[in-house]
Amino acid sequence: MSIELLFQYIAAGITYGIIYAIVAIGFNIIYNTTGIINFAQGEFLMLGSMIAISLHSVMPLFPSIVLAVIITMFIGALIELLFIRWLEGPSILRMIIITIGISILIRELALAIWGESVRALPYFTGDEVTSVSIGVVKVSPQVLWVVGICILMVLILQIFFQFTLLGRKMRACATNPMAARLCGINTKNMVTLSFMLSALIGAVAGCVVSPITYSQYNMGTGLAIKGFTVAILGGLGNSLAALGGGIVLGLLESFSVWVMPSAYKDAISIAILLIILFVRPTGLFGSKETMALKEF
Amino acid sequence: MKHFYKIALLVIVLIGLQVAVTVTDRVYYLTQLTMAGYYTMAVLGLALLMGYAGQISLGHAGFFAIGGYTSAVLTTFNLLPYSHTLLFRFLDTLHLLQRREDLYGELIVNVNPLIAMVLAIVISAVIAYVIGIPVLKLKGHYLAMATLGFGIIVYRVVLGTPVFGEADGISEVPPFLFFSNFGISGDMDLRIQNYYIAWAFVVLVLFLLMNLLDSRVGRALRAIHGAEDASKSVGVNTSDYKLKTFVLSAVIASMAGVCLTHFNGGIGPSEASVMKSIRYVAIVAAGGMASLWGTMFMSTFLNFMSLRGYFGSYDDAVFGGILILIMLFAPEGILSLSFRRLFSKLFSPAEDG
Repeated sequence: MSIELLFQYIAAGITYGIIYAIVAIGFNIIYNTTGIINFAQGEFLMLGSMIAISLHSVMPLFPSIVLAVIITMFIGALIELLFIRWLEGPSILRMIIITIGISILIRELALAIWGESVRALPYFTGDEVTSVSIGVVKVSPQVLWVVGICILMVLILQIFFQFTLLGRKMRACATNPMAARLCGINTKNMVTLSFMLSALIGAVAGCVVSPITYSQYNMGTGLAIKGFTVAILGGLGNSLAALGGGIVLGLLESFSVWVMPSAYKDAISIAILLIILFVRPTGLFGSKETMALKEF
Repeated sequence: MKHFYKIALLVIVLIGLQVAVTVTDRVYYLTQLTMAGYYTMAVLGLALLMGYAGQISLGHAGFFAIGGYTSAVLTTFNLLPYSHTLLFRFLDTLHLLQRREDLYGELIVNVNPLIAMVLAIVISAVIAYVIGIPVLKLKGHYLAMATLGFGIIVYRVVLGTPVFGEADGISEVPPFLFFSNFGISGDMDLRIQNYYIAWAFVVLVLFLLMNLLDSRVGRALRAIHGAEDASKSVGVNTSDYKLKTFVLSAVIASMAGVCLTHFNGGIGPSEASVMKSIRYVAIVAAGGMASLWGTMFMSTFLNFMSLRGYFGSYDDAVFGGILILIMLFAPEGILSLSFRRLFSKLFSPAEDG
């Protein structure tokens, strides 16, 4: 095998890995404030990109993406207000089933609105055939958009959670909701906010990957599972580690095509998920002590 | 014979149903009722696992498909080219093979459906056992994701493997005849007998599960659901019980898969899809989690409605909606919903925690 091809595979693996990491971070934000795994996380990506595609038919690319992201954020808030907010101490089983139900409803709604057709946003710069050379690797400029925007989002999130009052309030709710409430933080609003933030990240990610992966009403499920795998791989709740986990999974998937038919590609990543769950549920970078404090 | 009256009542209702559709000249309903029966069988096994042992499984359609596909592959694979091999002659002398003619009059020699069924059950039991040991150690989200992952792997393998017919599935599966003209088959003239065969299976499973739940095992399972650590401390071998329940429910699902495959004369990848698994969970939830009768009732009703196409293109949305509504308003199931309690809850001043 040529060295160029090797690097090409690495580039593809990293691109997909970063996409998965973004989904994982969406999981983490909601998990951190509520202890819920939102099984409808992948649907935010689908909604973001599908709405942007529809809006793009009447307005330029950039405003349509911004508007789509805002709409998705409000859908995220609506989901929390309608289905989560008023439940009193729901069991985990109940929350799992509710979020699965939400994901089915969103998907079916999308099917009713947009049909089964595969759509895509146009490339942000250039088109399908333009490529940029980085050393020996030739990549589409869209890949640079994906990597750039996703890494930017991770950095902004870090700053938000570390240095802003709102971010600190959200972290306080994650650590100890009771104490946070005693300090005068409205924990319920923080949960709504976490759903909005998670929807925002999902929608942005959905829009930037749409030109590469295309969008369809059912694109969410696959991404959600990969994202969850990555979230587990990095240790649930740890967003920086999710980036590392994402790249690991992306590379593994990319290279699995050599040894197995590509039809099994999804099965590979899920098999990895199962192995991690069985062998090291704390994640590659997690520690036993921190996990003991968390509830599943 | 504590459950004798309930079972007797069910049998009377089943006979009444058959008489009613025959009298009103709607025998075609029996086709969907038969299929609903097999799905009900699988769902009852899941109800045991979810409702009583408290372990969620989002991959139950995987076991259904493992049963169906094993049986379909074994009973459609033509062994004639291998007739000179020792294994073939050995199986033939034991009467484990059956000879039949396909649509074009060509001779086909394949494995006897009974043997295929036994193999399907063994395979799914082994898979459930091997998967179950690590999976059942997990709790909550991790358990849900692991079982979901298992279901998706089965779906992907079925979809990507030529032996399983990829997206087309396997068709022309022969009928499963117990005697010369009696058995599971999609033949229009045998609709009434197939209806009774399917529901005989359901009644049998129901009877077995009810007796199981009344025994020591049932009490142990309820204890596990209530408080796993507490039951462990009083000497219940929780992991052992969970594993056995998991294997049992997998075997029931796989048997249902075998039967439905012979009844339909084929199986497709949609039987292994995640949505099918979620649908089973929705039915168990609607039936009230820990209620075999509720589950049976809801399963028959919902599957029948779905198979007759009353939900139209909103089929999946209906099941998603059911999941949400049940879990939001009636986590104990529709049948246990007390409207008075619901109203008093709605109109009483909100308690602030």
